[in-house]
Amino acid sequence: MATELEKAGIPVCQVTSVMPVAKMVGSNRIVQGRGIVHVMGDASLPPEEEKELRRKTVLEALEALKTEAGS
Amino acid sequence: MRIVFYLNQFFGGLGSEEAAGMTPVVKDSAVGPGRLMEQVMGDGAQVVRTIICGDNYAAENLEELTDRVLREVKEAEADLFFAGPCFEAGRYGVACGALCAAVDDSLGIPVTTGMAVENPGVDLYHQSIHIVDSGAQAAGMRDALEKMAVIALKLAHQEEIGLPEEAGYIPMGILKDGFTEQTSAQRLVAMLHAKTTGEPYKSELPAPTFVPVPAPAPVADLSKSKIAIVTDGGLVPKGNPDKIAHFAATNWGAYDIASSDDLKGEAYEVAHRGYDTRYVEDDPDRLVPVDILRELEEQNVVGELHGQFYSTSGLVNPLANSRRLGREIAQSLKEAGVDAVILTST
Repeated sequence: MATELEKAGIPVCQVTSVMPVAKMVGSNRIVQGRGIVHVMGDASLPPEEEKELRRKTVLEALEALKTEAGS
Repeated sequence: MRIVFYLNQFFGGLGSEEAAGMTPVVKDSAVGPGRLMEQVMGDGAQVVRTIICGDNYAAENLEELTDRVLREVKEAEADLFFAGPCFEAGRYGVACGALCAAVDDSLGIPVTTGMAVENPGVDLYHQSIHIVDSGAQAAGMRDALEKMAVIALKLAHQEEIGLPEEAGYIPMGILKDGFTEQTSAQRLVAMLHAKTTGEPYKSELPAPTFVPVPAPAPVADLSKSKIAIVTDGGLVPKGNPDKIAHFAATNWGAYDIASSDDLKGEAYEVAHRGYDTRYVEDDPDRLVPVDILRELEEQNVVGELHGQFYSTSGLVNPLANSRRLGREIAQSLKEAGVDAVILTST
């Protein structure tokens, strides 16, 4: 999925908990998610902390999108 | 045998890159590789029509070109259809693959083409048609045409084509039952032994290869960029309007979030049978983080959150299928002017 979007010239940051798969298929920008069942959250945290975690993950992904891959 | 040939402007002898925009030209005889093919196949083989088209025109008007070629092949009462060989020419390869697949599909006459394994046409069409491995150099023309001819004739006579490495075509990903002398355990041990002692061995199930794609340039200014969220975690509106399958999905959906600043569990469900979906169903932002991206849009950290998110189910999806879904989503994102994507994967 990521590589097809990138072939079209669109930079992609993949947020996933299954890092080896993302690496195997050749994703160029990857951010570690918090778990397969909620890559963009963590149900064990209180709502405010969970949202803070999500903000952090989204900002990391955005940071990756504005960074040259491989750097 | 009556043969119809498809060639690009270069191999059709009508010009190089400056002629890449040319519309299809039809001739009632063999041209270039077609003449050589007549020699290769000998008496009784006649190229009755040659369709020559510019690479750019073909890439940009593939549907029109396909209709035209189907019409010509039908009118010519062709027994065989050949396209290329294309070697490493990418636009040519994609066109030849698409045309062969369409002729095979709609008219049911034998088709073959030839390409270098790196040609993008291989990635797209190797599972549907026989593509001869032509190598990268046009010097391999005669060899490629010979292999194309043999395969096409076998197809015409409904004979076994044989294994890819024997007949010289690119593996189509087909597994066939056969008899062996040794059990799988014996073969496995023999393979392991060969591997540890440095002897040559051949896997019976080659692992899929992933050709690295160079990373697109980073986003210059996020505050002026349109960001879209794509997920393979299967989030869909309640009722799953596009009927996205819970595994091996063959389609995707784009769902409106233009007026939403926080996704609510009661409006969504998850079409994915590969993980415990309760957490995402409780709060879909855990997969599709609209709440945060909306805030960042208001703070002008990002320019704009695209008004739809894209979703499919990535579970046990055959690679070729995922690629097609990816290409279709990419096309839609391009049309919407999206600059960058956050892809959430479960």
